Amino acid sequence: MKFVRGPRGGMNSERQNLLGYTLLLPAVLVLTLCGVLPMAFVAYYSLHDTFGGNSFIWVGTDWFEQILAAPEFHAALARSLGFSALALAIEVPLGIYVALRMPTKGVMAAVYIVLMTIPLLTPSIVVGYLWTAMTLPKAGLLYEALAPFGLNLNMNKPVTAWLVLAAMDTWHWTSLVVLLCFAGLRSIPDDYYRAARIDGASNWSVFRYIQFPKLRTVLLVAVLLRFVDSFIIYTEPYVVTHGGPGVSTTFLSHELVLTALVEFNLGEAGAMAVVYFLIVLCVSWAFFRLVVPRSRSKSGIAAS
Amino acid sequence: MNNRRSFAPAIYVGLLLVPIYWLFIMSLKTTKEIESSFIPYPHAPTLENFKVIFDDPSWYLGYVNALIYVVINVAISVTVAIPAAYAFSRYRFFGARILFFGFLTFRMMAPAILLVPFVQIFSELNLIDTHVAVAIAHCFFNVPIAVWILEGFISSIPREMDDSARVDGYGLIRYFRKILLPQIAPGIAVTAFFCFMFSWVEALLANGLTVVEAKPINGIMTRAGSVLAADMPLLAAAGVLGLIPGVALIVFMRNHLARGFSMGRIV
Repeated sequence: MKFVRGPRGGMNSERQNLLGYTLLLPAVLVLTLCGVLPMAFVAYYSLHDTFGGNSFIWVGTDWFEQILAAPEFHAALARSLGFSALALAIEVPLGIYVALRMPTKGVMAAVYIVLMTIPLLTPSIVVGYLWTAMTLPKAGLLYEALAPFGLNLNMNKPVTAWLVLAAMDTWHWTSLVVLLCFAGLRSIPDDYYRAARIDGASNWSVFRYIQFPKLRTVLLVAVLLRFVDSFIIYTEPYVVTHGGPGVSTTFLSHELVLTALVEFNLGEAGAMAVVYFLIVLCVSWAFFRLVVPRSRSKSGIAAS
Repeated sequence: MNNRRSFAPAIYVGLLLVPIYWLFIMSLKTTKEIESSFIPYPHAPTLENFKVIFDDPSWYLGYVNALIYVVINVAISVTVAIPAAYAFSRYRFFGARILFFGFLTFRMMAPAILLVPFVQIFSELNLIDTHVAVAIAHCFFNVPIAVWILEGFISSIPREMDDSARVDGYGLIRYFRKILLPQIAPGIAVTAFFCFMFSWVEALLANGLTVVEAKPINGIMTRAGSVLAADMPLLAAAGVLGLIPGVALIVFMRNHLARGFSMGRIV
């Protein structure tokens, strides 16, 4: 993102403030209704105890103390972080690699892009059932493809369940990384490559000094989206593994939904949600600082 | 990028298509067939599963319902995001940096967190089981993304264009309509694509906020899939039909999308 550098000639800052806020108003209103308001509800739940959601009794930080001491919560949090780390470790390098190898123009580029978006546009529930079916004996392609190698796809083993979920997430979302990186790479003028070729630069130095700097921003976007979405994954593991075997694939969102809707413990779920939100807030702030470095922001938006 | 031919994208895309192929093949089989033997190609294909869906309004209306809220959501997201993105791109106003960050944090909230409050809020507003409820709920992740993508595209339009339009006596609204929007059309296409995608694949809120009238295909599939002996071929057929709107979107918008992605202005 490019924030405006100098003051606009002929427009004073008051007018800029007024125009800026006016144009932001619709978006702010929508986000207040669908973001701020529900989050305020969650914060309220986290500080109260309730019976059936009608009467609320102030309990202060009891719920927070309870969940921060609860091994189940720690375990679910660790599983979610682990799953995110696994998803990122596979999808980001693979996505960059495919994007670098993509043809720049022509029919094939368009064909690849269209075909790549199909998994992205597959509803998560379909993804879930498709990968469930893939792991069934006889009905499942994955099961039958592994069988001749003596590999018995046993979804009752935690390792297998994790690998299948990781494969499923890779299949579903790697193309997002590819598309974003592809878009980033397309913004590099051909002259840069020509100059690099004249200088006799190796593939690695082209990547290191020309492509990677351009990809930096786009990659942070991709990493952030993939981090958040894998961290909050719910539907797919719910369908494929039901959180099992045992609780080995019960991730944070699943734990939250179980607490809020099955046990109907709004206070505990609220406290979990607040903790989750604080984690994500820290990560995204770090991310934001990386995307908009200080040196640049000084001359731009932060100086205003 | 390099001009050398490479097999990597072809292999990658090929692998992506394998599960899609399997989905398609399963949809043409019967339950008995998939349970009795493994045949990796359509053997005695049947359209029976598709017939079940097309004969039953409670099935096929699921697609209509999902499409309605997705389209409403994309319309809201893009409409409110364009002026906001323009403001972030062009004006230096107090707190812009914090606001921009604030917008992004909404993208990071989980549907699982917001489900219960959404149910309460939309019950108060009498909007449970309506398309509007789901469309508004999905805004929390789509509006930030839309602002973010559009900001990049608007920033790639030279500011001189604003100035000359102002000199020519264009007001802000006329400038938006006549000059800015046509210029960033590929950007709007890319934005709409992302919003469509994130809203179309989301299941938890879409399911939790609807009962019967606005029940999306996600919910119908969940119900059909949670019985003891789930009918996999039927679910596969429902899945194949669930791919169609997305694929149609890409095919219709392919030129805009290709231009948008190659403008390299995603960020």
